[in-house]
Amino acid sequence: MILTFFENTIETVTAIHRRYKTPHMKTTPLVRFCLGLLRFYLLLLVGILVLKFIQALH
Amino acid sequence: MACEFLNHSREGLVNILSRLYYKYKKILKTLRLYFLIAGPGIIVMVADNDAGGITTYTVTGAQFSFYLIWFLILLGPVAYYVQEMTVRLGAVTKRGHAEAIFHAFGSFWGWFSLLDLVLVDWLTMITEFVGMTAAMSIFGVPTWITVLAAWLLMGTMVLQGRYWTWEKAALVFCVLNLIYVPAAFLINPPIDKILHGSFIPQLPPGGFTNALFFLLMANIGTTIAPWMIFFQQSAVVDKGMQEKDMLFGKLDTAFGSFLTVVVAAFCVILTATLLPGQEINDAATAAVKFMGINKYLGACLAIGLFDAGFLGAICISLASSWAFGEVFGWAHSLNQNLKEAPWFYAYYFFDLLLAGTVVLIPRAPLVLITLFVQVIAVTLLPAALVFLILLLNDEETMGKYKNTLHQNVANIGITAMIIVVSTLYGISALFPNILK
Repeated sequence: MILTFFENTIETVTAIHRRYKTPHMKTTPLVRFCLGLLRFYLLLLVGILVLKFIQALH
Repeated sequence: MACEFLNHSREGLVNILSRLYYKYKKILKTLRLYFLIAGPGIIVMVADNDAGGITTYTVTGAQFSFYLIWFLILLGPVAYYVQEMTVRLGAVTKRGHAEAIFHAFGSFWGWFSLLDLVLVDWLTMITEFVGMTAAMSIFGVPTWITVLAAWLLMGTMVLQGRYWTWEKAALVFCVLNLIYVPAAFLINPPIDKILHGSFIPQLPPGGFTNALFFLLMANIGTTIAPWMIFFQQSAVVDKGMQEKDMLFGKLDTAFGSFLTVVVAAFCVILTATLLPGQEINDAATAAVKFMGINKYLGACLAIGLFDAGFLGAICISLASSWAFGEVFGWAHSLNQNLKEAPWFYAYYFFDLLLAGTVVLIPRAPLVLITLFVQVIAVTLLPAALVFLILLLNDEETMGKYKNTLHQNVANIGITAMIIVVSTLYGISALFPNILK
């Protein structure tokens, strides 16, 4: 039963992934710039979190 | 001649009266329509003053007296501008925010937003339960009874199978959130100082210190939260709001933002009057101190804190359940019963049980969880705001309801400020000495 649940979940997640694979918003240079900036920002935050984690370990 | 004059006067009077009656009926109809459509805006804005929010306001009042009320008043329009966008987006697209992100930006950003929302909502829910249990412990109620009672009440609210009933019940809790207003009248606060602090922007004596900066950031952080964007858009969709109802939806949001400022200001007034300069770390400590001064006042603050945590918890858990339902294609409306939308309710209860159980664990790392809430919310908030503005500027999606120049100037300005401030807040939460 648990196995079936996980199989079904993976199947559903894959289907959602496929359904929304292509963004429907027109990718203008402005949209691309905003999303790029967002990626940079999130990477920066993850970097800070990793730094904090390393500091906490020491 | 006199008779003719009298006839004319009578006709004129009848005309005026019928016009007045027509206007009265029109106003009555408009009000009735407003009360039918109002709900999501008021609920989300009042729930914004959750347990964490009440703590922030009480600490602000105790530390900085009445000096920052003007700043809280300024945050009202900020919250309105951001949340108003969700009304338009929900009414036009008939999609919740999670589904809208998946559809517009693809699965990468969709999964990122959904998972981040789930995590931050769950952690925030724990803080709401912490607030509720701390509030009830003031009346001697054990933690497990508070958690159990909250679960039962939250379950009853959603399981009756109508969005309308849930909304009205939530509005009753919103009214209870105004308990700080009569409480403030019990203590005769200094009106001249309140007016001065409300309408004359000023810094507290001592100038711009780190403590002041941290509290300003905390106040901004409690005003706009990622779950609010997801919640209101989904509520607008679940309520079935149409494009023609948008004006009332905006009025609802504006009234809600007014209420949020009122509650925040009165919390500040309470602690600024009774606990000036005292070191308090949370609202529950303030309530205990109030009990020593006036037991009714302490009870008011404790009831208000419980109510704030409760409202926050019901809205946050629904925001997550709606988001999951939208993306996974489950039936996800409060108008459906348990049989019709089993997964939606299963997730809702799972979220509640998981958050409540953490509070019941002895020596659970609740301080660490509160810290993580701030940091993880920081990662989601800029993303949610950027997606919101991009969606509201997409002509294909929004048509004539896309952002105007004035809305863009206001919203981009607010977003930029929130990104900078919330990032600094997150970093200062991780590294408390970095801004010293």
